[in-house]
Amino acid sequence: MTRLETAGGMIGRSVPRVEDAGLLTGRGRYIDDLPVRRDTAHLAVLRSPHGHAEIRAIDMTAARALPGVFAVLTGEDVARLTRSMTVGVKANVECWPIARDRVRYVGEPVALVVAENRYVAEDALDLIEVVYERLIAIVDPEKALAADAPVLHPSLGTNLINERSFRYGDPETAISTAAHRVSIRIAYPRNSCTPIETYGVIAEYDPGEDAYDVTANFQGPFSIHAVISRALNVPGNRMRLRTPPDSGGSFGIKQGVFPYVILAAVAARVAGRPVKWIEDRLEHLTASVSATNRVTTLEAAVAADGRITALSWDQLEDCGAHLRAPEPATLYRMHGNMTGAYAIENVAIRNRVVLTNKTPTGLNRGFGGPQVYFALERLVHKIADNLGLDRLAVIRRNLVPADAFPYRTATGGLLDSGDYQTAIDRACQEGGLEALRLRRDQARAEGRLYGIGYAAVVEPSVSNMGYITTVLTPDERAKAGPKNGAQSVATVAIDPLGSVTVKVASVPQGQGHRTVLAQVVAERLGLPLEAVRVNTELDTARDAWSIASGNYASRFAAAVAGAAALAADRIRDRLAAIAASQLNVTADRIDFRAGKLFDRDNPDNAISFGRVAAASHWAPGTLPDGTGQTIRETVFWTPEQLEAPTAADGINSSLCHGFIFDICGVEIDRATGQVRIDRYVTMHDCGRILHPGMVDGQVRGGFAQAVGAALYEEYAYGGDGSFLTGTLADYLIPTVMETPEPLILHHETPSPFTPLGAKGVGEGNCMSTPVCIANAVADALGVEDIRLPLSPSRVSEWLYGEERPPSKPQDSIPVATGASGERLLTGSGSAEVVATRESVWTMLLDPNTLKAIIPGAHEVRKVSDTHFRAEVTLGIGPVKGRYRADIRLSDMLAPEAVTLSGGTEGALGSGRGTGRVTLTETAIGTRIDYRYEAAIGGKVASVGGRLLDGAARVVIGQFFQALARHAGGGGPPSAAAGFTQRLSSLFRRRR
Amino acid sequence: MPRMNAAQRHGVDFTLNGRKVRAEAENRMLLSDLLRHEIGLTGTHVGCEHGVCGACTVQIDGKPARACLTLAQQVRGSDVRTVEALAPAPAELSPLQAAFRRHHGLQCGFCTPGILMSLDTLLRERPEAGREDIREHLSGHLCRCTGYATIVEAALAAAEEQRKEETPNA
Repeated sequence: MTRLETAGGMIGRSVPRVEDAGLLTGRGRYIDDLPVRRDTAHLAVLRSPHGHAEIRAIDMTAARALPGVFAVLTGEDVARLTRSMTVGVKANVECWPIARDRVRYVGEPVALVVAENRYVAEDALDLIEVVYERLIAIVDPEKALAADAPVLHPSLGTNLINERSFRYGDPETAISTAAHRVSIRIAYPRNSCTPIETYGVIAEYDPGEDAYDVTANFQGPFSIHAVISRALNVPGNRMRLRTPPDSGGSFGIKQGVFPYVILAAVAARVAGRPVKWIEDRLEHLTASVSATNRVTTLEAAVAADGRITALSWDQLEDCGAHLRAPEPATLYRMHGNMTGAYAIENVAIRNRVVLTNKTPTGLNRGFGGPQVYFALERLVHKIADNLGLDRLAVIRRNLVPADAFPYRTATGGLLDSGDYQTAIDRACQEGGLEALRLRRDQARAEGRLYGIGYAAVVEPSVSNMGYITTVLTPDERAKAGPKNGAQSVATVAIDPLGSVTVKVASVPQGQGHRTVLAQVVAERLGLPLEAVRVNTELDTARDAWSIASGNYASRFAAAVAGAAALAADRIRDRLAAIAASQLNVTADRIDFRAGKLFDRDNPDNAISFGRVAAASHWAPGTLPDGTGQTIRETVFWTPEQLEAPTAADGINSSLCHGFIFDICGVEIDRATGQVRIDRYVTMHDCGRILHPGMVDGQVRGGFAQAVGAALYEEYAYGGDGSFLTGTLADYLIPTVMETPEPLILHHETPSPFTPLGAKGVGEGNCMSTPVCIANAVADALGVEDIRLPLSPSRVSEWLYGEERPPSKPQDSIPVATGASGERLLTGSGSAEVVATRESVWTMLLDPNTLKAIIPGAHEVRKVSDTHFRAEVTLGIGPVKGRYRADIRLSDMLAPEAVTLSGGTEGALGSGRGTGRVTLTETAIGTRIDYRYEAAIGGKVASVGGRLLDGAARVVIGQFFQALARHAGGGGPPSAAAGFTQRLSSLFRRRR
Repeated sequence: MPRMNAAQRHGVDFTLNGRKVRAEAENRMLLSDLLRHEIGLTGTHVGCEHGVCGACTVQIDGKPARACLTLAQQVRGSDVRTVEALAPAPAELSPLQAAFRRHHGLQCGFCTPGILMSLDTLLRERPEAGREDIREHLSGHLCRCTGYATIVEAALAAAEEQRKEETPNA
């Protein structure tokens, strides 16, 4: 394979990025910045407030009648114009981008509104009436497997959508004859790398040609283009997909925009005009895409010296409500490297994929790595502890030997290059492990909680497009035909003035591809950096692309930059031939430097690059015989090592395998349970480094996201399927204050399989850092069952046991999560009014009085003496919405006590609750005591969770203030008066 | 303040990046939407629409403010500055912007305009700002790409440069 010489070259230098000037001055062109046709309308999506429910009716009359609304669509309207999205396993199940008869996760699209602007579109959403019949939601993947568990997809008959078992070597014998057997069970949570720019789509339909034209901040893989075209029922050439020049981060997440490409395309077709959709943050957190949560049991057979002779994996993967392409890829991306950095010959794997009432999963930085390595590296830690060995010694004992590369793993991966032993030695030495150990010993001697963790990880990059077919049985694969490879593509073009343009299908989201490609091609052609311009926008109707195109699996440096180098080489060879004929030397003597082509042995014999380069345009007849044009060269490159799965299920799932070794020192605050990262060392072997500044940027960025995943971030669900982290104040992304600076080290062993020797680097810390921090926390606390995120409350539980309820009753009981998993609010209070018990009692049962005193009530109707219906508008935290309440009275003891029970339902959420009101005569009138208990779900639980308890108290307080006012004033405020009374007396004075 | 009709658009007169502008907005229109979609200055980005991520930060009368939590009508008569105003000339970068480029203080660039507007305020109001001041001001911003370290370095470099320029040969 061709390799670049580095001397005097452009590659390997941290040149300033060509992207930056525009981005720093506000001239970036992200999807929401692009010009659109003047008649473009805006799309808004009505989403399910329930985790699991049947849709009984949808009334769109009022929404359709709203001025400015062009179209309202339901799932059935979408289904009439589309087909179910392709599902990646053999299963009798459909996968629609919008709910039809049933909703299966909070945030699932239920209806679409197209209107003149986003404001009006959202107004119309509020006017759509949906009648749901709630079903029991299932959020726990293990409970989803129970025989009596509610089934999400009746056609499937089970929630277990796929199961496969694999066997490599002889794991049974290795395990049964092992000196030791050590196992660990892991429940890895859901999270997401959440780009700061959300999804965006601009879609148009041409009825004359039955063709769609869509721009979306999609990131690839473009295999998804086939899924979109099939779903829209058009050939691929009638589904033009373009990407904007800039994208505000993705980290895998923007692969998941594709269902919205389908929805926006159909909406544009029905509305008869272009449609634009920009996702909001609540939509993004609730329903864009999530990494998978996974329950793993991993067992190792271990020799007395700590050598691992077999691994047995049992992985239960939770892909949420639908198996969306390319899932269950998260489970199979690591298949070739399930033995990590270790030489382990016997492996058994059972993979099960389960569906639950949560957001469908998809790509997320690290893709499958965090889940696998959390189990593997926690287990290695535990093996050392159980056998009484040094943890680092157990890691070293099992490493793939440095002279074994390329090394074929038990499961079929081909580890391209590495020297793990040297990388670890250097990390320990240059990372100051000895000093760190002393620091730990000293901290412990002072009674502080300090721990050190390690993680050794193989970081796969450049995915084999065939790895996902490992989920099929060998027979199914034989029928479907082999899938393999990973086409990357680059075009180098020269215009009539001799300047160079590079075009790739890499779809960057901030990684600086344009800069690196300019470096690579400028070096090849002996040009200054600024002489090469790079375009990374992708247009499937005009550009060279294939299914592997896009920005994922850390494929840029290894594959795309390599393809660009190959394309530049082809042009370079032809330019050399042309120059040779003009300079009267042989082509092998032509060198390229400083914008000139010259005779290496006589540098004065030179000709300008521009003149040679332009010859193909202006004087093609003068080119030497047999020299092709130099106008444009497109190279598709797919590595031969990426073969289809073998009949024995061996799969080289990735082309390159970088190596990471991390060391982490943490201190845990005994009082608060807070985990503080005291020191972090991360050693990387990503092959040859093309741009050191960008490589370190990738490492730091991945590390920061991994710190978030380890300590703060979780897509949390209530047991009823309600989504609890719908704002960035609930889903906690680390700020600068929570992000320590890691020491980054590099040990380069170039990949023999890639044109430039580079490997991927962007995802590694997302795989290594969560488990490294967990290992350090385990070391500090001596706790085995470490669960993420390591929030202070969770750590405190390990320190002090579960929090007990307070021994004496409190005024307000804090928000608790009920047995059902819903947000449970409880509270009590009292108010005193100057009125007799009888008159208060009458007021409480009179709809007109209730309308006047219920905060935000528009209407209160008495259905019977014990049954009321009300329409109210309530604002809780950031969300204000209209609710329908249905209230029944029971246990009535006139005029002393009554129990109110019922439910509310609105676009923003739902609630159920009971309250007991008692009236007592006092010296000045009547004291009203109340206690309530309410459970709340839906959007209001997602965004207002932190505020609900306070908001409920305020609203209920307002109710009694209004009652007091209505009753005609109270007694003089006394020193003992409660807060509510003082407030109500204030109101009275102001009147 | 005149009483305004929710169903109508009303004029908003203010100063934007040093020039008087008159735009029209419904009462409920956000400043971020006015800047981006009515006036066409798309450098101010919207990341969360609830004031946490900081991408939409602009300066209103010299103070940093979230454009996503400000109604367009609230800036009547105010002086609003956005990221488009930072560069001294079209082909030049301000010292802060140049430091970001030099130190790789950005990747995707989506959060960058808001961060620049916060740091621009800080360095103007407190030229002596050090690492901890900078970190504190950055804590109102979320960046998902960089891990922040290079942003802090860029800001420190810009502050240092500014101090040198203000006290030449002192």
